[in-house]
Amino acid sequence: MAKALKEKIAVSGAQPEVVIDPTREPIVVVDGLHIVYRVYSAGGGKGTAATALLRILRRENRPQMKEVHAVRGVSFIAYRGDAIGVIGTNGSGKSTLLKAIAGLLPPARGAVYTDGQPSLLGVNAALMRDLSGSRNIILGCLAMGLSQEETKKRYDEIVKFADLKPGFIDYPMSTYSSGMGARLRFAIAAARTHDVMLIDEALATGDAKFKRRSKAKIDELRKQAGAVFLVAHNLDVIEETCNRVIWLDEGRIKMDGDPQTVLSAYTEATGK
Amino acid sequence: MSHPERLSSPGGEPVGTITDPSQVNGRVGESLAEFAKRHGLTRSAARPPLRAYVQELWQRRTFIWAFASAKTASTYSASRLGQLWQVLTPLLNAAVYYLVFGVLLQTNRGIDNFTAYLITGVFVFTFTQRSLTAGAKSVGNNLSLIRALHFPRASLPFAYVIMELQQLLISMVVLLVIVLATGEMPTLHWLLVVPVLMLQLLFNVGISLAVARAGAFVRDIQQLLPFITRTWLYFSGVFFFIPKMVHRFNEDGHAWVGHILEANPGAVYIELMRTALISSFRQDLVPYDPSYARLWLYAVLWAVVAFIGGFWYFYRAEERYGRG
Repeated sequence: MAKALKEKIAVSGAQPEVVIDPTREPIVVVDGLHIVYRVYSAGGGKGTAATALLRILRRENRPQMKEVHAVRGVSFIAYRGDAIGVIGTNGSGKSTLLKAIAGLLPPARGAVYTDGQPSLLGVNAALMRDLSGSRNIILGCLAMGLSQEETKKRYDEIVKFADLKPGFIDYPMSTYSSGMGARLRFAIAAARTHDVMLIDEALATGDAKFKRRSKAKIDELRKQAGAVFLVAHNLDVIEETCNRVIWLDEGRIKMDGDPQTVLSAYTEATGK
Repeated sequence: MSHPERLSSPGGEPVGTITDPSQVNGRVGESLAEFAKRHGLTRSAARPPLRAYVQELWQRRTFIWAFASAKTASTYSASRLGQLWQVLTPLLNAAVYYLVFGVLLQTNRGIDNFTAYLITGVFVFTFTQRSLTAGAKSVGNNLSLIRALHFPRASLPFAYVIMELQQLLISMVVLLVIVLATGEMPTLHWLLVVPVLMLQLLFNVGISLAVARAGAFVRDIQQLLPFITRTWLYFSGVFFFIPKMVHRFNEDGHAWVGHILEANPGAVYIELMRTALISSFRQDLVPYDPSYARLWLYAVLWAVVAFIGGFWYFYRAEERYGRG
């Protein structure tokens, strides 16, 4: 019992407390979120049909199943107009947190409350790999619920924003470089105003020109009173784009505040 | 259906050694959950109410159609003959089945126009079979789209069945040509093709939705499906004359086997299509005293039950499709 109590204090002391700002309108509330997920390793074991049968007969779980406690009791409030950078070392739970906000991972404990459906842009570059860029634009817009007229209206804007090399718009998206794919995906997703947009390293592959344009787009989104979450290893991008930074460490919030303070503390701690 | 993808139910669990932050926050006067609720925030990715879901889906009808067309176009884009395969595939299928069952095995006992009989069966069953197979993959093959954009996930199984419908419509043109070429005359009965196809479409959408949910969480389904559809094919009277078999089972005192064979949805839609298209087949049926009313009743019942059941089953897991 005493041990449990000690742990209780240690954990609650480790993370900054959430203070509600009554003057601002919240858009994402993360309340004591814990995410535990299972991973199956492909290797290990003999991997033959006989071992698989034995495993089923013994009523064991799939081999090499591991439970990963990736996010451990994270709480914070994102307000309308926030652009929040999420930083941390590899495996600190950044991507997991974003997936949980998007509703793609079920919370083991706690909850995420959002206004509207968040949109998650990850690193994998294609929406529909076997279809051409222009088909992706049209289908993406229609899937987001735009009408055919709206889609036609936005089409040129999206093509211009994605800034593909000439001709590529008619090639299947599987032939795109990762940067081109990411640009097109971002352009499509940004064609509709999302209340919450989650960007997981999706801008990392873009060049300087695209970074400038995407920053402008994110600013526009903030002005429309949505919120943007940005995971990036490039701290300059975060400093330029975000008005707030959350530092995750081993699934817990280590720091949450304005970019200068958090980023300098982070740089100092990681010795960059 | 168990929920292997769900680790534990949210809430309802005793708070263990980890402090609930809403209690830490207690001195502010309200917990985070209450604060969120007061501002109208909802749990992330919660399933919308059924009514709203159906409306959203209806609103995506252009997406469904465009998605199906785009997928069809891309399927054949790598092959030299391109879209021509849409016509060649059913033709070659028909040729193979005719060679095996018509020429080699001579199964055509009791059927006047066996060629038309067989090919109608093959085409109609292929529609159901391919809808089922495509449905099983519809969620798993589009995870990247599901995760990036928000739309009612049922659009995907719908789109895949529409894709198969577009293919079937081309096959139907081929079929009509074959039926005419084998000496049948066009009659008013041909108009019945439309309601038969509509009912079969409803049925196919229903089973695709059901298998889409199953396939999304248990990938083993995709390995199993070929065997299921093949067994179903053999039981659906594509190569056999079901009324004759029913007659035999009745004489042997196993009437229930006959009832099952007759009620099998695969056989029902095939039989209706044959009676609509092939006038000589209607003559073949006369000695067996066919009950068209019962056939139509089965067709409607299967369509309604499969569609409503499948839709409900798929909808119940809506919030979980992008996970894993």
